[in-house]
Parts: sequence; C-alpha cells; structure tokens
Amino acid sequence: MPTYTSPIFQAAARPGRETRHRVVVAGGGMVGLTAALDLARRGIAVVVLNATATVGAGSRAICMAKRSLEIFNRLGVGARMLDKGVTWNRGEVLFRDRTVYRFDLLAEEGHHFPAFVNLQQYYVEEYLVDACRASGLVELRWQHRVAAVAPAVGGMVLTVETPEGPYRMAADWLLACDGAHSTIRAGLGLDFVGQVFRDRFLIVDVVMDAAFPPIRRFWFHPPFHPDGSVLLHRQPDHLWRIDFRLGWDADPEVERDLARVRARVARMLGPEVRFEIEWISVYTFRCRRLERFRHGRILFLGDAAHQVSPFGARGGNAGVQDADNLGWKLAAVLGGSAPERLLDSYDAERIPANDENILHSTRSTDFITPKSDAARAYRDAVLELAEHYAFARALVNSGRLSRPAVLTESPLNTGDDAAWDGGVPPGSAAIDAPIGESGWLLDRLNRAPGFALLRFSGPEAASLPEIETIFVTPAPQAGALHDRAGLVARRYAAAAGDAILFRPDQHVAARWHRFDPEVVGAARDRALARSPRAAQIEERVHAGA
Amino acid sequence: MPALDTTPRLDDPDALFAALVAAHSGLSAEASRRLDARLILLLANHIGDTAVIAEAIAAARATGEDAPCPPFP
Repeated sequence: MPTYTSPIFQAAARPGRETRHRVVVAGGGMVGLTAALDLARRGIAVVVLNATATVGAGSRAICMAKRSLEIFNRLGVGARMLDKGVTWNRGEVLFRDRTVYRFDLLAEEGHHFPAFVNLQQYYVEEYLVDACRASGLVELRWQHRVAAVAPAVGGMVLTVETPEGPYRMAADWLLACDGAHSTIRAGLGLDFVGQVFRDRFLIVDVVMDAAFPPIRRFWFHPPFHPDGSVLLHRQPDHLWRIDFRLGWDADPEVERDLARVRARVARMLGPEVRFEIEWISVYTFRCRRLERFRHGRILFLGDAAHQVSPFGARGGNAGVQDADNLGWKLAAVLGGSAPERLLDSYDAERIPANDENILHSTRSTDFITPKSDAARAYRDAVLELAEHYAFARALVNSGRLSRPAVLTESPLNTGDDAAWDGGVPPGSAAIDAPIGESGWLLDRLNRAPGFALLRFSGPEAASLPEIETIFVTPAPQAGALHDRAGLVARRYAAAAGDAILFRPDQHVAARWHRFDPEVVGAARDRALARSPRAAQIEERVHAGA
Repeated sequence: MPALDTTPRLDDPDALFAALVAAHSGLSAEASRRLDARLILLLANHIGDTAVIAEAIAAARATGEDAPCPPFP
C-alpha cells in the first residue's frame, strides 16, 4: 500500500466567454501555489493554471528550510507542515566506515521553527491547495496548460489547452512557475546560463520501520556503496529518502530496475531490515539560471527561472523565497502604491540570491564528485583530517544547507547611517524571537499588512502613513510587545530608542538609533521604488486626505 | 607589498627537506598525494590568511618546468 494517495481534482471546464484576468499563475506546483496564496493574502484575485489534475508525483523537494517554513507560516500553512513533517536540526557526515563529524544547524533556543522540516512535496502542495481554495481568491484550473503567450496591449493573450480543447484568455500579468521545462520560457526563446553536470544520481523512497534518528546522514564512499556517496533523510509516514551517487557511466534504464534497486538498498540496510520501495527516480542536474527573471509583465519563479543540484536543499526553498519576494511587490504595483519599476527589484534581489545558491550548489557538487585526481586527493584529505581537527570540518561540503538570502546590495535598502554592533542589517530576513508569554516576533510582524516599524521604546501616540508601528519593551507594558527573554533586543543588537523598518516580506529595509518620522518615510518610499518626486506627490495626497 | 614572505627563513633547510621526504616513505603515489594535501591544509589553516595562500598558489603555479609563464618578468 502506498503511504500517500494523490487527490484527484476535477478538470476545470473550458470557459465560454473569458474575461480579462489581472494575474495568471502558470504552474500549480509548490512555487506557483505559494505565489498565488501570497497574492490572495494581499487581497489579489489569481487564476492558477495547472497541466495535471493532481499534486506532483514523488516526494521531490522534501527539505523545507526554516525561512520557507516562516513564509508558509505567514501564509497560514506553517503549523500544518510543522505538525506533519519530521523536524531535524542535526546532521552526520561519514567517510568509508567512520563518522567524521556531527553538526547542529540550530544550536540556539528561542525560534518558532527548526532549521528544517522534512515533508514530501505532495503534502506541501496539498496544504497550499487547501489554503488557496479557502482563501476564496484563488481559482485553480486543473488540466489547463499554457501553450502559448502572445503580447497584447497592457499585457498578453494566453492560449490555454484543456481536455475539451484550447481557449484564449487575456492577462495583465503572468507568473511563470511552470518548472524546469517551462513552455513559457521556451516560447520566449530564453536560454539558461550555467552548466550541466556529468553525473547521475538515484533517488529511492523506502518505507521501513527503522530506528535511525531523524538526522541528515551523508556518506562518502561507504562500504555498501564504495564508489559513490549516499544521502539519507527521514520523512513522515515511515518513509526514508535514500540518494545514491551512481556516476556518469550509469545507465538510467538499468538503474531503475526494481530488483537492482532492491539489492542496492539491501546492501545498505543489512539483511534483517524489511522495506518496501515507494518511488524511484534517476536524475542528472544543472546549475543555471535565466539571465533575467522579469520580462515585462512576465515573471519567472522557481525552477522555471533557475536550477541547482539537490545538495543543500536550495531548489524548492529558493522558489518559495522567489514567491515571498515578488508577492508584496506585485500587490503594491496592482494596488497603485508603487510604480511598476518596483518589479525590477525582483531581478536585483533574486538574481544575486540565486547566484549564491548556484555557487554553493556547484561547490558542493565539485566536492561530492571530484573532477580530477588532485580534487579527489584534497577531498579525501579534508575528510581524513575532519575526524580529528575542527578546522577541517568547515571544509567538508556535503551540501551547504539553504539559508535565507541576504539582499545586501538591494536598491530598496536604506544603508545604516550609524555604526551597529551586529544585529540584522538591511536586506536580511527578519530573525524570530520569543515575545510575551508564548508568542513569536514573526507572528506579530505577520499581522501588519504592509510595512512594520519595530521601535524599542514604550508606546506613544505615533502614526506613520502605510506603516504599522510596533513597540517593544524589556518589561511588560500595555500596548507594547514584551521582550520576555531579551532575545529581540539581543538578536537585533537594539538598544532603547532604536527603530527597525520591515518590508511586507519581513526583510529589514532600514534601521536607526533614533526615530525620525521623515527619515522612516523616506526609507519606506525607497523600498517601494518611489522617486523622491513621486513620494512628494504621495505625501501631498496624504495631507489632503 | 606582497603578503607572502619568500625570504630565506628556515633555520635548518636540510633537515626540513629530509623530514618532508621521510614523511612519504612507503606510501603509494595516491597516498603520497593525500599526505601532501593534508599537510597543505594543515599549514593553510595555520597561516589563516587567504591573501598569503593565494600568493603562494600563484608562486607555485608560476614556477617549475610546466609553468604557464615565468615567475617574474
């Protein structure tokens, strides 16, 4: 019996007379659904077109990183994922038959979400579908596939294929979330820049009652697979992910053979462990991206825009961060509070972020699969030293696990105007901390619909246009957040009088040691890509209203 | 100002040479290569300065019979 039965959604009828849609999302996978739900949470109606009638097949992107979980929590599905998923913070690296070292990715207390939760991608997608439906603003059209995009005044006309035949629909904006084989990308004739790796890997999802702890385990040249590497992850439903490096010469057809896979897994687990195979996939990978993610009113997200190796869990998590970055910007443009050029910052922010992912992923791959005898000698030397010397552990690269991108060079940031001793600089995602009796800082920021200003002072009458002010105090005080453990002040390196401005995606836009409403307003305008002149007009409108 | 100090600094060069050669005795070519790699990694960490190591890599690349270009013009 399979551990999961995919829900089958009824194909949407082919519409008769079609109206114009403001936002169409092509692709109802993890990234497309996240983008759609984000826009719905901001009050924007969205149509999602998905080629199949169900969620993705196979467990696929299983490692949900802390930042993704925080984004999912902002969208209202984080708790469900945390409940169902397998929480893990620790990992272990082995070389031949010896443990080389162990690591802990979240060695400090006081965070709502762990470093990672393992959860099959089909669960993530199912939960997102449920939330999209409940929002009342997302129309999901199953078995509708974008076949062609033609430019038109103020947007585009899409040709959509359905089981009942094709139809046309007009759209102002198109989010291309249609995966690595994006037909929208192909239709526009856009090429990827980057490289393909000459290596093959085998993924096997195995059901078993094993007593292994919920940690990430990575073997280099283990006795049961002496010529390659092996990665083991625990998933819910007694399901385990095993990833074998096979090498470039492996024949994908032969390696998919069930008896051969069974024998391979049995060599790893030993003769006494009973298991069933649930999913097999042989894959190669690429580390590459589009030159630009924004093409007028078409925006590319997730695998349609960029691809990496699986080591480091930087594929799916990057796509979720794409959606997080784009949602508030598109909502601001559609709502008239920001000019269209704000969307250029999607490129300015997400291209460097994805280049970072590509760099890490490429380096991990080069460590896991040495390309020369010298590279192999250095790699093995690092592993030999790592067992005995802490310095060498930092050199072991079995995947640099996904961390939130720091948008250091973003044009939306307002740089520090005074010295800060650490903390969370502009461009960084907010860091969580406990507040009050049992609350979390990020939950409170979530309740601000747009920009939020965190002020480290007692509450006072203060109203800023388009910004919700949140006061933080070291002792309980009415109208302020109680920094119970002192961790808000410590993590943000904030003292009394400091103020931190957060964007709607919970990234720090600016921070100050003193509060000046005009300076805060200018930072908000900068984060919305308003020109100083446009901002002045905006201020006058506000004053008039 | 170069970061890498290439002035003579060893108090007993012959002993150092002998120690390096002795460390490889009895090792296969492959094991020898890994030993050198471990040695370089240990020394690189001891130096701890990326600029010094980058200059050492460049100096090593630029010398020897298969060097792509002579060390200094």
